Amino acid sequence: MSTLLEIRGLAKRYDDRLVLGPLHLAFETGETVAVIGRSGCGKSTLLRLVAGLDRPSAGTVTLAGQPIRPDDVAIVFQEPRLMPWLSVADNAGFGLQHLPRLERAEAVAEALDVVGLAGAATKLPKQLSGGMAQRTALARALAVRPKLLLLDEPFSALDPLTRAGLQNHLGEVRDHYGPTVLLITHDMDEALVLADRIIVLDGPPGRIVAEFAPRLPAGIKPTAPAFQRWKDRLIDVLGPASQPTGTLTKLEDHRHAV
Amino acid sequence: MTDLAYLPGLGERARKSRARPSALAGWILPLALTGVWEAASRAGLIAPNHLPAPSIVAITILHLAQSGDLTDHLAATLGRLGLGFLLGAAAGTVAGALTGASRTLRLLVDPLIQGLRSVPSIAWVPLFILWLGIFEASKVALIAVGVFFPVYLNLMSGIAGVDRKLIEVGRAHRLSHLDLIRRVLLPAALPAYIVGLRGGLGLGWMFVAAAELMGASEGLGFLLVDGQQTGRPAVVIAAILLFALLGKLSDIALARTGQALTAWQDTEGDR
Repeated sequence: MSTLLEIRGLAKRYDDRLVLGPLHLAFETGETVAVIGRSGCGKSTLLRLVAGLDRPSAGTVTLAGQPIRPDDVAIVFQEPRLMPWLSVADNAGFGLQHLPRLERAEAVAEALDVVGLAGAATKLPKQLSGGMAQRTALARALAVRPKLLLLDEPFSALDPLTRAGLQNHLGEVRDHYGPTVLLITHDMDEALVLADRIIVLDGPPGRIVAEFAPRLPAGIKPTAPAFQRWKDRLIDVLGPASQPTGTLTKLEDHRHAV
Repeated sequence: MTDLAYLPGLGERARKSRARPSALAGWILPLALTGVWEAASRAGLIAPNHLPAPSIVAITILHLAQSGDLTDHLAATLGRLGLGFLLGAAAGTVAGALTGASRTLRLLVDPLIQGLRSVPSIAWVPLFILWLGIFEASKVALIAVGVFFPVYLNLMSGIAGVDRKLIEVGRAHRLSHLDLIRRVLLPAALPAYIVGLRGGLGLGWMFVAAAELMGASEGLGFLLVDGQQTGRPAVVIAAILLFALLGKLSDIALARTGQALTAWQDTEGDR
């Protein structure tokens, strides 16, 4: 595999306060990397810098050795952020205005099909459930066929059932489109289920404090012993206070272990 | 979002059943008052030289229509209003879009426009007459000034108030500044813009009447003055009623268009 995304000496200051970095990271093509950390550790800042929504104070972000071009990257935010006046299909095609109409319609239809919204193309955002809205946002990101897909806690505002459904769905999406994925999350289960590699950020200023490559088999249940072992290792690094979905038992286990 | 909105069919029906009685309710009071007015006039309780009966007013309007005068007066008033509204709304749209989209422009330009806004619009009349003469141009300019401010203000504050998160989606897709205005800011500000247009149209009616009162040879405003000077209260009241009717109809047309364009809104209002 070749390196797709390369982050070198990336740092961000707000006024004189260093909030992130300097960071060095490299992503292989097709890899899904989860960046996990407590609130305020700089993980969203990292994503915004890679997305080009903020300018770095220092360092570079390159994609296949080149500065990132707009068409290379797509982002799914924590909230769907759909344009309320556009239909599901038009929202999904929001980033494709430069394409001829027919080509755009094909790309939109494919993306909606992949996220399971083919039957809802003409609906308005106000008619969608939270999960459908977030799937529309995912379709909008996928339709541009990005080399790099950025996910900023995309499932955190959803109820647990919808979240689990969408997490499963993301696997299919990756198989279909094959983008390299940078997933920002504070949910350890989500990171373990989805990611090939997990990077633990702590801060501010945000720095990498640990890196894991669990490579758990697809579809593994959170109750599986292998899953729990990795989770315990993550808890050791993150500290118990950052466990948002953990059970009381696991917390107690952890305290005994310390 | 209300629970009903998840079921579009049910939501529509619920809205319609709520809307129907309120639309009819608006007619009850005017019709009742007209009935009382007619009855009181016929009973001799109201002096006809002060307030002629509705039937007399209706006959006056009919005569004006039959002679062809009404068409001329309406065409004059609607022509002035239409042109003034277009010019004022266009200027308000450009100024509102630019100052709404650019903080720098807002800081530079908005205080001046707000200062001008506090000048009573009628105060511009002498200047417009000096600049543009006493005929059509000065009247159209006065109407345009009246229309400009509500359109400008509502569009500017509408755009400045667009959800930052939607703007960020546009930026994430690397939209140019112009595309961001066209594809995100203007559609998002459309509900506020329509409120501005409706306010502008209302003021447009006010100023077309004012301009025609101050000197015109045709138009509904001229009918007001003519009726007063020739001692024909029925003509004055006919003109007032026509102003009311046309003003309301034009507002309904604009409101309906606005509702159709902003049906995507997830709100209870304007229904």
